[in-house]
Amino acid sequence: MAEYIYLVPLFPLIGFLINGLLLGRLPRAAVNFIACASVGLSFIVAVMLFFDLRALPEGQRVLEQVLFTWIPSGALQVNIGFLLDPLSAVMILVVTGVGFLIHIYSTGYMSHDPGFGRYFTYLNLFTFSMLVLVLADSFPFMFVGWEGVGLCSYLLIGFWFEKKSASDAGKKAFIVNRIGDAGFLLGMFIIFWQVGSLQFTEVMAAAPAVFAAGGALVTTVCILLFVGATGKSAQIPLYVWLPDAMEGPTPVSALIHAATMVTAGVYMLARSSVLYTMAPDALAVVAIIGAATALFAATIGTAQNDIKRVLAYSTVSQLGYMFLACGVAAFTAGIFHLMTHAFFKALLFLAAGSVIHGMSDIQDMRQMGGLKKYMPITFITMLLATLAIAGIPGFSGFFSKDEILWKSFSSSHGHILLWIIGFITAGLTAFYMFRLIYMTFYGKERMSDEVKHHLHESPRSMTLPLVVLAVLSVIGGWVGIPHVFGVTNHFEHWLAPVIAGPHQEAASHALAAAGSSAATEFLLMGLTVVLVLFSIFGAYMLYKKRPELSTSLAQKFSGLQALLVNKYYVDEIYGALVVRPIVTGSVFLWKIVDVLFIDGLINGFAAIYADISQVARRVQTGRIRSYATVFVLGVVAMVGYFLYW
Amino acid sequence: MIGDILTYLTFFPVLGVVLLLLVPKERHDSIKSLSLIIAFVTMLISFLVYALFDPLASGMQFEVNVPWVNSVGISYHLGIDGISLLLIVLTTILTVLAILSSWNSIKTGVKGFYISILLLTTGMIGVFVSLDLFLFYVFWEVMLIPMYFLIGVWGGPRRVYAAIKFVLFTMFGSLLMLVAVLYLVFKYHSMAGVYSFDIQALVSMPLSFSEQAYLFAAFALAFAIKVPLWPLHTWLPDAHVEAPTAGSVILAGVLLKMGTYGFIRICLPMFPEATVAFLPYICVLSVIAIVYGALVAMVQKDVKSLVAFSSVSHMGFVMLGLFTLNLQGLEGSVMQMINHGISTGALFLLVGMIYDRRHTRLISEFGGIAKVMPAFATYFMIVTLSSIGLPFTNGFVGEFLILLGAFQLNTWYGVFAVTGVIFSACYMLWMYQRVMYGKVTNPENEKLTDMSARERIIMIPLVFLIFWIGVYPKPLFDRIEPAVKNVLEQVSRAKSVQLDPVTYELTRVKDEKGTVTDATVTFAPEQEEATHE
Amino acid sequence: MPVSAFLVLAGVLFAIGAVGVLISRNIIVLFMCVELMLNSANLALIAFSRALHVVDGHAFVFLVLTVAAAEVAVGLAMVITIFRNRETINIDRISILKW
Repeated sequence: MAEYIYLVPLFPLIGFLINGLLLGRLPRAAVNFIACASVGLSFIVAVMLFFDLRALPEGQRVLEQVLFTWIPSGALQVNIGFLLDPLSAVMILVVTGVGFLIHIYSTGYMSHDPGFGRYFTYLNLFTFSMLVLVLADSFPFMFVGWEGVGLCSYLLIGFWFEKKSASDAGKKAFIVNRIGDAGFLLGMFIIFWQVGSLQFTEVMAAAPAVFAAGGALVTTVCILLFVGATGKSAQIPLYVWLPDAMEGPTPVSALIHAATMVTAGVYMLARSSVLYTMAPDALAVVAIIGAATALFAATIGTAQNDIKRVLAYSTVSQLGYMFLACGVAAFTAGIFHLMTHAFFKALLFLAAGSVIHGMSDIQDMRQMGGLKKYMPITFITMLLATLAIAGIPGFSGFFSKDEILWKSFSSSHGHILLWIIGFITAGLTAFYMFRLIYMTFYGKERMSDEVKHHLHESPRSMTLPLVVLAVLSVIGGWVGIPHVFGVTNHFEHWLAPVIAGPHQEAASHALAAAGSSAATEFLLMGLTVVLVLFSIFGAYMLYKKRPELSTSLAQKFSGLQALLVNKYYVDEIYGALVVRPIVTGSVFLWKIVDVLFIDGLINGFAAIYADISQVARRVQTGRIRSYATVFVLGVVAMVGYFLYW
Repeated sequence: MIGDILTYLTFFPVLGVVLLLLVPKERHDSIKSLSLIIAFVTMLISFLVYALFDPLASGMQFEVNVPWVNSVGISYHLGIDGISLLLIVLTTILTVLAILSSWNSIKTGVKGFYISILLLTTGMIGVFVSLDLFLFYVFWEVMLIPMYFLIGVWGGPRRVYAAIKFVLFTMFGSLLMLVAVLYLVFKYHSMAGVYSFDIQALVSMPLSFSEQAYLFAAFALAFAIKVPLWPLHTWLPDAHVEAPTAGSVILAGVLLKMGTYGFIRICLPMFPEATVAFLPYICVLSVIAIVYGALVAMVQKDVKSLVAFSSVSHMGFVMLGLFTLNLQGLEGSVMQMINHGISTGALFLLVGMIYDRRHTRLISEFGGIAKVMPAFATYFMIVTLSSIGLPFTNGFVGEFLILLGAFQLNTWYGVFAVTGVIFSACYMLWMYQRVMYGKVTNPENEKLTDMSARERIIMIPLVFLIFWIGVYPKPLFDRIEPAVKNVLEQVSRAKSVQLDPVTYELTRVKDEKGTVTDATVTFAPEQEEATHE
Repeated sequence: MPVSAFLVLAGVLFAIGAVGVLISRNIIVLFMCVELMLNSANLALIAFSRALHVVDGHAFVFLVLTVAAAEVAVGLAMVITIFRNRETINIDRISILKW
């Protein structure tokens, strides 16, 4: 069974190689077919592996496969090896499943773009890297996927590289990710230094013996790894690249910047859950950053007018939720939300892409409106996803979000403040999402006649993935219905062997205190649902019923409005505090230290030498007779010396 | 026959030079083809050496040891270990590519140009195979002259300034090295009664700490200039900017490695106490080089000087790795030497290709090249990624191990060096963006042709190497490991360090007397001061 | 005759030659003065050789004569070339080899 794990990443790699090496020589249909088939095959293998894994007894659900040694250097032996356990099984299903749908969608979306070959090459490479990331059996090999997805993100964000903003955004994404990666590397170094290995299984087994629980060392490791996660998963302070990443093609935003890559940080935390549960301080940092990001990004999301930017900030905010979950040691809840989020956020992006496709590439919601009747499938699917993300009971997002909120309240690492922030964010989420729905699909048709003329529902290749994802967005959460409803939480049960820490005790703890805590849980749940409904009503009033109210409100609070529209000026602050000093400092180093000082010193020596020579060369008159005179005088002097001294 | 293979390898290019002298100087095509054939055969010989090399054996292989000038103990002593083996193969490959890259860009003094390149090849291989200090020094200087001509005759507008700067810097260092060599030889004579220039004989000679310190400083200065270590690097950007493409490729690809090779072959084994004592200073300078080189590279206006400063940064990594004195750091360092040769060589080749078309290297002159030259952009991207050190390209393996080693030596070295990883992404990607992306704004760029077949042939082997070393570096590690372990064992003769027999990590022991066991001491008893320093 | 007489003659000849080299401006004269100095040395060699009854001096003289002949041949060829190029044999005007 373990023998064919490698096939999962191999198929996309083959697709990448064929499409990449024959770039420009294959017809469009062949490129589309290779790209989709490779990911499809991966998905099939992933499903088979999932069932293989499920067939194993609960305690032994770990399959390992080592292909060959990658870096053999003394004690450090890094393998090209795969680790399939319940956690990575969930991840590969999400990556290949959602990835496959997005590949199919892309064949429609990119049908008019001449760069389709390059696009699918990158997309396959991305799928390969992402699968390596989630299947790797060691930190360095995971880092291969980690940087690989960063590279693909860079290439795909800058896909339309003739646009300055696109190439800028790509570069920004890569560099900001690199900052996180530096933290990740340092974390790895400490682990190797202390444990002497970087294999997940060995590190996790040895960690309790090597690190003192709650000690400074393990806390540092966890925080450094988390720095890596903030880069990849767009958390404060490194979230700035994700909104700009919307310069890429929309399916890319769906796949990379919503469903898969940005969740890598959450996956990594869950993978290292053993370490994190040993470092409560690090967990607190994760929880606070996660909660802060969730709230912060949600507030920005309420004021954006670009349909993709709203979704981007929504993604940042939802990722904050996942980290909040990890931060209260509820890794299962984080992964659960990761999965449901992959469904509904991918759907939201794809639906937004469908809208943009229909709107002749206009992304500004102020120029939309009333699209409901032109694009019925897009509208319905997007509405379902919106209901899911808003947390309407029964939809997938409701279960996962509620789980996080409940854990942030009840977990031993939780805190009432964390819950309050999550609670407010839930309201804001519902608000900005319904604002999006109303501005896009309802109200006056604000687009130009030219655009309106071209307005159409997207082709089958695009709507089909929408429908599939819509189904998943609705039912995807049913695998993890919490205990309180009197059913087993299959999802938590499935992940239990991989995720370390208190959740088992927490679960039993919860069961023990069933009576009162169940009541509390229902109470909090009810509060959230009421807030969500209220927020939706607010959005309805402001953007559907009385749109003029929103403008007058915006004028009334123009300062706040400007702050939100300009994203709290964070980019500008980073520019002034980080980028400019570094560039100015570099110019100083070059012009002053290098050219003026070091070279000046050396050239100065050379100049002094040359000046002395200027004087000395006057001795050479070029007249033979003066040379001869000096020569004779010299001989006379020498003879005289030998004779008379 | 096989036993003398190193001799054939070293002097085959000289044979080529003799043949070239017989060809009339106006028959350019014959000259080019002949030198290409010579370089290619040299490369094949080096492949043969690689194939015959036994990765399991430790110590020198293919040794030749013939007395040469008996009265002063000079012998013709050649031999290679895994480190020199890989550097030789790198040298011969880059020579072939450098000759191919000059095919159409060198139009004057063709004969002299190719003669210089072939002589340079002999000099470079000679340095790597020499096990005799006299031979080492001769080859070291032999390299200098052809390089001087390559820069000074076929270079850019400020070629004379750059060439003289290059020679003066290098000469300054190598003269001090000569003094140190002579001191060693006379010292050996005073102790053993005979003269010897043999590196292996001199390694085992006991030296007091102060002697070690002075000798180390003399050698280290010569090598550090060549590396170049900050702040001795200022010749490099000038030399690179002015040198023709082939010169830059060989300069960056191989000549810079001479410095680090010298450290690993001479400084570390011969002066272990001094190595340990100077370690913090050199590590700090290396870290400065990493960060400084990267920052300055970021604001360069000329692509070539950008790559030159990136070399300063990358070679800083190599130096840092050497002085971590643990297995990971040293192995990473050797890997990084090879990888830097490949990726920077490839970068200079690519810059040369665009220079052939546009006759400028200013970043601001370009923009939107990816649209006109998609294949070129693809190759450039791959090489850029390798230079950044993306996993699964060659650059990552070395950099990762060096950082890992540095971190084990001292946390702060690791922390500061790791910022180099961030900055390298900044300067390379920024440059790439300004050259490749955007719209074609300069009308001169609109009619550029994409890579020719010859140019693709140049790049394909390098791209192959980039991925091969990135994905499956094990064969290289197998060959490096015994050599690196030897070096570490020799360093462990120092009283102030102890070698862990399992992890091959040198740890510094406290200066208190009695902590050093006799087994690690090969120093003569009279040198008591060593422990006081 | 005592050897000193030969030596005095050789010394006088050498001095004349040396002064000639120092003061003459004509290359031909300068050349002849150089020859004079060489031959004064030859004279001293012969004188010693004879006084000490060894033949080494004779052998040296032949060597010197050969060298002198070669030198004159090369030197005069150079003088002719210089004259063709610059139309002068005044050495004060041929002072380009400087600085």
